[in-house]
Amino acid sequence: MSAVSPLIHARGLVKRFGDFTAVDGIDFDLYRGEAFGFLGPNGAGKSSTMRMIGCVSPPSAGELSILGLDPVKDGREIRARLGVVPQDDTLDVELTVRENLLVYGRYFGLPRDVIRDRTARLLEFVQLSDRADDQVDPLSGGMKRRLTIARSLINEPEIMLLDEPTTGLDPQARHAVWDRLFRLKQQGVTLVLTTHYMDEAEQLCDRLVVMDAGKIAAGGTPRELIERYSTPEVLELRFDPADHQQSAEKLASVPAQRLEVLADRVLLYVDDGDSALAAARAQGVEPLTSLVRRGTLEDVFLRLTGRQLGE
Amino acid sequence: MADLVTRAPGTAPPRLAPSGWSLAARQLRFWLTNYRRTWRGSIYSSVLNPVLFLGAIGLGLGSLVDAHGTARLGGVSYLAFLAPGLLAAAAMETAVGESTYPVYGSVKWNKVYQAAVSSPLRPVDIFHGHVLFVTMRLAMNCAIFLAVAAAFGAVRSPWMIAALPVAVLTGLAFATPIEAWAVTRTRDTSFTMIFRFGMIPLFLFSGTFFPITQLPGWLQPVAYLTPLWHGVSLCRALNLGTADLGQVAIDVAYLAALATAGLLAGNRSYRRRLYV
Repeated sequence: MSAVSPLIHARGLVKRFGDFTAVDGIDFDLYRGEAFGFLGPNGAGKSSTMRMIGCVSPPSAGELSILGLDPVKDGREIRARLGVVPQDDTLDVELTVRENLLVYGRYFGLPRDVIRDRTARLLEFVQLSDRADDQVDPLSGGMKRRLTIARSLINEPEIMLLDEPTTGLDPQARHAVWDRLFRLKQQGVTLVLTTHYMDEAEQLCDRLVVMDAGKIAAGGTPRELIERYSTPEVLELRFDPADHQQSAEKLASVPAQRLEVLADRVLLYVDDGDSALAAARAQGVEPLTSLVRRGTLEDVFLRLTGRQLGE
Repeated sequence: MADLVTRAPGTAPPRLAPSGWSLAARQLRFWLTNYRRTWRGSIYSSVLNPVLFLGAIGLGLGSLVDAHGTARLGGVSYLAFLAPGLLAAAAMETAVGESTYPVYGSVKWNKVYQAAVSSPLRPVDIFHGHVLFVTMRLAMNCAIFLAVAAAFGAVRSPWMIAALPVAVLTGLAFATPIEAWAVTRTRDTSFTMIFRFGMIPLFLFSGTFFPITQLPGWLQPVAYLTPLWHGVSLCRALNLGTADLGQVAIDVAYLAALATAGLLAGNRSYRRRLYV
């Protein structure tokens, strides 16, 4: 395999469930060593795409190759080289932490002593060594997630697939997971992840595609996407709900590249947030709160789809 | 912590085990690890069940039957008549128990199957791995049953040793079709129906407790169609030494056909359920 051939290659990839088209003809190429993200709201087709890459969901149409192999024909061989962190934990909660890795390692046909050595290293990596002989059931959500990550590494995968790796975790637990994933990335593991958190995508992804309604709306590095679809700064204003609409109308005369009126906020896309705020005040607009921030992937998504990621 | 990924990029991955059954064996090992938690309790009930039934019905009720004359039972004691029937029924009970909730729970509760399907295992390997485990559980329970029956003096013929594989086959005739169906369920309410309206009537009316010639004439053909009757008939023929080669062939073929049909159906239903 030459250095430039992609690890995962998709052209016109489609997944249909009856009349519903979950993935509607997407193209992407993914290269060794990169962290690649699918960013989009729930129902955008991210998980369906991940399941096709994971060879547990046959594509309805289009081209898909993984590690140069065909997912329908060579599913066994491909899966032997993948590490999968599914959206819902699939740990056996009645077994111990160590037994979960043992059982999973055997699925890959690994000998017991290899599993034992790797288990020690992996539990240290995810900071669960002291819980090795505890049952999984009482572990916190963050610990279970970290255990799932450790389990997915038992076969030393060439590609890791992470479907919503931090959904449902509290902020501290999320940061612990991000930290571990960042270390894996530093070690050169190829990461593929889906997320509906723009901060997660910005922290972890070298390159990402924005998905909406089964299609790819745009793709690039987080910085490229923000430069292309947002502005350096964003001014966020909140008003008393009573005069939200009226205030938003007054803002139309403030010079800005774009104005977004959301249900609870008004966003002004500008080069300089502070001067825009001064200009708004000069128009007699008095927000309850104001915030100047840099453009984010959230803004990119809003621009591309007209909706917020959380919706 | 230097290198979690020790395989250099671009190097060949380890070769896969070629045979499907060796992949199924990997899933079987999961079930064995899982069973280590509950095996003691399961052995107690495997012993207690035949002790209670052979004691209360075989000896207790049997003493009344024997006093009445046992010509219609083939001239043997009620205990010797009952024990092989109960053996086949116990195999059915084990099979139904192991192939309903454990299969459903593996999809819905602890998601064992979803975890396994992300590994090299295919749905068909996951299915066969569970069938292997159920086969092992059937062999264990039936062997214990035979030992208890022997201790009660209910074993009349050395041929009864052949009743072990026959009882396992009887169990598989239930297990594979039920597993193939259980994996498709999205709710577990239908399992109680199987127990109430499937297993209990079969248990009572398939010749376990009395010859089906005692049933009303119109019901007898129904009894002949049930898989349990064929299992009961085989086990009883072995214990009473009344085996007729033609009938044995029919019974074995019937049970094997059901088990095979269940295997083929499960190959398909597991794939449809796990590859969506």
